[in-house]
Amino acid sequence: MALGIMVGYFVRRMQLKWLDNVQIGFVWLLLFLLGAEAGGNERVVRWIASLGLEAFAISLGGVLGSSVLAMLLWRKAGREGGGK
Amino acid sequence: MRGSLIIVGFFIAGALVGYSGLLDVGSLGVDISMLALSALIFCVGLGIGHNISELKMSIRSLEPRLLLLPLTTIVGTLAGCLAVGLFLPERSSADVLAIGSGFGYYSLSSIFITEYRGVELGTIALLANISREIITLLCAPLLCRVFGPLAPVSSGGATSMDTTLPIITSVSGKRFAVLSVYHGFVVDLSVPFLVTLFCSVA
Repeated sequence: MALGIMVGYFVRRMQLKWLDNVQIGFVWLLLFLLGAEAGGNERVVRWIASLGLEAFAISLGGVLGSSVLAMLLWRKAGREGGGK
Repeated sequence: MRGSLIIVGFFIAGALVGYSGLLDVGSLGVDISMLALSALIFCVGLGIGHNISELKMSIRSLEPRLLLLPLTTIVGTLAGCLAVGLFLPERSSADVLAIGSGFGYYSLSSIFITEYRGVELGTIALLANISREIITLLCAPLLCRVFGPLAPVSSGGATSMDTTLPIITSVSGKRFAVLSVYHGFVVDLSVPFLVTLFCSVA
């Protein structure tokens, strides 16, 4: 990332309109590979039905817990000051 | 929403290809995921460097209290996981906390947990942290509307600096890019420490 920042700084006068598309392309590639890895892993395929729900519940708990605190922080710090 | 569906489509397509045995990611010799992730992070860096003067201003204009966001993410995640853990009698609190403290960093956390706590828990950790990323990708607009613009960043956890960054900036706004990268970076660093901590007390 540091390298990217440096290169980006030196080419800052150039237009980088393609950057967003390249970035989304890499996200697609990574998720495809992640799927391929999970699908090719016997362990994951075998357990996915029985453990998937449990895993989903835990991640939902994490998402909601952190979102509630993020909302409290936004109310405390976001709106006032900084003009955000 | 269309973008999220495409993303899930890629994941499912990948899963089918992996399951059919057409492509064995592990046998390719080079770690393509790592290369692609590095390239992705390079792009993120490129974007930051390209907009550096703009970003300098936005970091300065960042309300100092917003720098607490990684802390609220960690505390909120652990509290939420603990609450869910109460409904999973066969799992100890420490196990659930270890899974939760992957913060979406599925590769590292599931490897750690598989090693310390066995295959079953490692698999749950992998699925839970993948679904955290997928939930964030799919629900970022909803989270933003219900809980405010910081929620997608927080929900993204360690991934808010790379894979979920594009959706965060498109939902919450470009001005949250700096906060999002900073947040992902700090949460990312906490993963190895917290996961091993909760594994060792389990």
